[in-house]
Amino acid sequence: MIARFVLAALLLVSACSGRTDEAATPSLETILSGTPAPALSDYGLFADQARAQPAKGVVAYDLVNPLFSDHAIKHRFVFVPGDQEAKYSATDVFDFPVGTVLVKTFSFAPDMRAPETGQYKVETRLLIHKEDGWAAFPYVWNAAGTEAVYAPAGKHVDLDMIDPAGTPLSIRYAVPNKNQCKTCHQSGDAVLPIGPKARNLNHEGPVGINQLADWQRRGMIDGVPAHPPIVPAVWDTRLPVESRARAYLDINCAHCHKADGSASNSGLWLGWTESDPVKIGLGKHPTAAGRGSGGRIMVVEPGQPDQSILVFRMASDEAGIAMPELGRSVIDEDGLALVREWIGSLDVQE
Amino acid sequence: MKWTILGSACLSMAILASCGQPASTDAAAGPDIGGLVSTEGDFATNLQTALIEAEPGSTVQLPEGHFHLETGLSLDVHGVTLMGAGEDKTILDFAGQTGAGEGLLVTSDGVTLTGFAIRDTKGDGIKSKGADRITYRDLTVEWSGDPDETNGAYGVYPVESQDVLIDNVTVRGASDAGIYVGQSNNIIVRNSLAEFNVAGIEIENSMHADVYGNTARYNTGGILVFDLPDLPQTGGHSTRIFDNEIVDNNTRNFAPAGNIVAGVPSGTGVIIMANRNVHVFSNTFSNNRSAHVLLTAYPEPFSDEAYNPIPRDVVLSGNSYSGGGDDAQGMLQPIAAAIGGQLPAIVADGVATWETGSVPTTNISVQEDGSVGFLDLGIGKYPLDPASIAPSKQRPTAMPVEQPAAVVLPQDEG
Repeated sequence: MIARFVLAALLLVSACSGRTDEAATPSLETILSGTPAPALSDYGLFADQARAQPAKGVVAYDLVNPLFSDHAIKHRFVFVPGDQEAKYSATDVFDFPVGTVLVKTFSFAPDMRAPETGQYKVETRLLIHKEDGWAAFPYVWNAAGTEAVYAPAGKHVDLDMIDPAGTPLSIRYAVPNKNQCKTCHQSGDAVLPIGPKARNLNHEGPVGINQLADWQRRGMIDGVPAHPPIVPAVWDTRLPVESRARAYLDINCAHCHKADGSASNSGLWLGWTESDPVKIGLGKHPTAAGRGSGGRIMVVEPGQPDQSILVFRMASDEAGIAMPELGRSVIDEDGLALVREWIGSLDVQE
Repeated sequence: MKWTILGSACLSMAILASCGQPASTDAAAGPDIGGLVSTEGDFATNLQTALIEAEPGSTVQLPEGHFHLETGLSLDVHGVTLMGAGEDKTILDFAGQTGAGEGLLVTSDGVTLTGFAIRDTKGDGIKSKGADRITYRDLTVEWSGDPDETNGAYGVYPVESQDVLIDNVTVRGASDAGIYVGQSNNIIVRNSLAEFNVAGIEIENSMHADVYGNTARYNTGGILVFDLPDLPQTGGHSTRIFDNEIVDNNTRNFAPAGNIVAGVPSGTGVIIMANRNVHVFSNTFSNNRSAHVLLTAYPEPFSDEAYNPIPRDVVLSGNSYSGGGDDAQGMLQPIAAAIGGQLPAIVADGVATWETGSVPTTNISVQEDGSVGFLDLGIGKYPLDPASIAPSKQRPTAMPVEQPAAVVLPQDEG
């Protein structure tokens, strides 16, 4: 107890020595404060914030399958404080200790076919495990990419780019507000992370070695088994289309479309582990779709993607029709094609 | 607990170990919480910030004015009152909406919404989900222009909630239901006006609802009590519909196909589908061109084993009926034609069995004046087979079930 107290105090003192110091560590005081810090740099998560060089104890990671967010390039980091560790789960998000911070920066480039050239940061979302549970905090970057400020009400940012398919694209990118963060991160009455589950992390991340093994080695997590589950990589075309489509729906839809998510009342549950065909949408009528039905009768009409509401809503960029409701203003053509292919591969119902 | 102690120790130590720079924990200068939301700068940002930073139990006041919003608003703080200057004075206009599925989303408990209007949202008007003890009072939610398929689905849309009060709310133009309460328990909808919607007022997959003192007019269907399969909460029961004006609900059905209300025949007053213990009394029905009251089973195939698709234990008593039934629409049109064109006030489909089950008695009690017409279509079961229809004007024998007690809500001070 005393040793930990001294360690914590030392960490705090060392945090004061400068924001670009290689030895800088995150500020637990700021992380656990009841009030969000006005600037991202206040947390001390980066040794060099402009270059996204993480501070000591902050680890870059990625997911096997990312959520589509208007083609945004995402840079993720995790900070697990001091000698604490997360508890492993085979199916759910890991049980991270209080003080954990998940950092996700959303970046774009003028030509998304060459994403490293001229890449710039638009927003960073923090998900912090406070004493009383997880909470989400959106930060919006300045034009120079040196600092991001707290933006609880979100923001609209006009962006121009060449999209990954080579088409010029102008979008009105929506930085979500604090409540919208919760809409996707809701789990019952609580807010929970979405990505850091074993099946999503179980591959070589940006560090170049298996992330789960790396986190175990670093002492960030306990209880990783010899063979953790892995979700099929959505864009690995060697894998069966059904599993790729289900993996896509899992990461893009199931954070709301689950029993204790924001879309629970729809009864349409799209998680990877869901096995009831009706809950996945086969033979299921819409509940509250309104014009989101597009005049179609079934959520998924096997063999007939053009008669499936799921496809209609993925293929729209209009509020009131488009799904997901938040986080995208353009259509994910690749994801749409995959889901179409999957529905087309299902046996037509008599 | 151990970490809590450590955390506090860290905090006190941090103060001692301060770097000589003040800890920058002040919130950015925002609108005046508890007062009037500022119209200086970007109103939408000011309002959303106020809703996020509101203290539990506080009031956020909206100024008078017509405000254009680009994305949906949301409220997630318990006990907040969002109060406008009046439903004709504070207009939140979403005609240019580009984001979110509704105009306002409430996800916290004990919230009161009052004195403003929501107009032309791209999706639903106001949705409250898992928001217990919510009060909607003195509000208008509408889509301007003629009834249109591209209007949003629901005007006010509480779902998965306990203790819902909707009082003196006006809803027009919803392409599904104007006032829709879904998968909830303990509900009062009263003194409200629903017009030019597909469904005026709809209670769906819910228990214990009192719907009274409302006017449902110029909708496709006036008041609907439905239960649908394959949802987290099914088995709706115990609804009382009384002292309502349910008149002239003859607007064409403009619901997008696929939605259950797309099957509502234009010109129906009350529809009870797949629900139990529903009491319809002391209402005024007039000039609903298909039928004033329609009792029907859920007509689609389903796989939900716990689901009962039949309306049962229904009591109709002391209502006044005039006009209507003379121009039946939708599924009722061929049936009306087959029996000479005129439908009586009360029409039941007569279905009591489905693919995997049946009810021994639907127990439909018609305690109306002898002059009030009744027709059992004798459909037998769905899917509809025109050859098997056996219409009967004989009122069913029934043992009227006792009325459920009046719904009492903790937030309703009378």
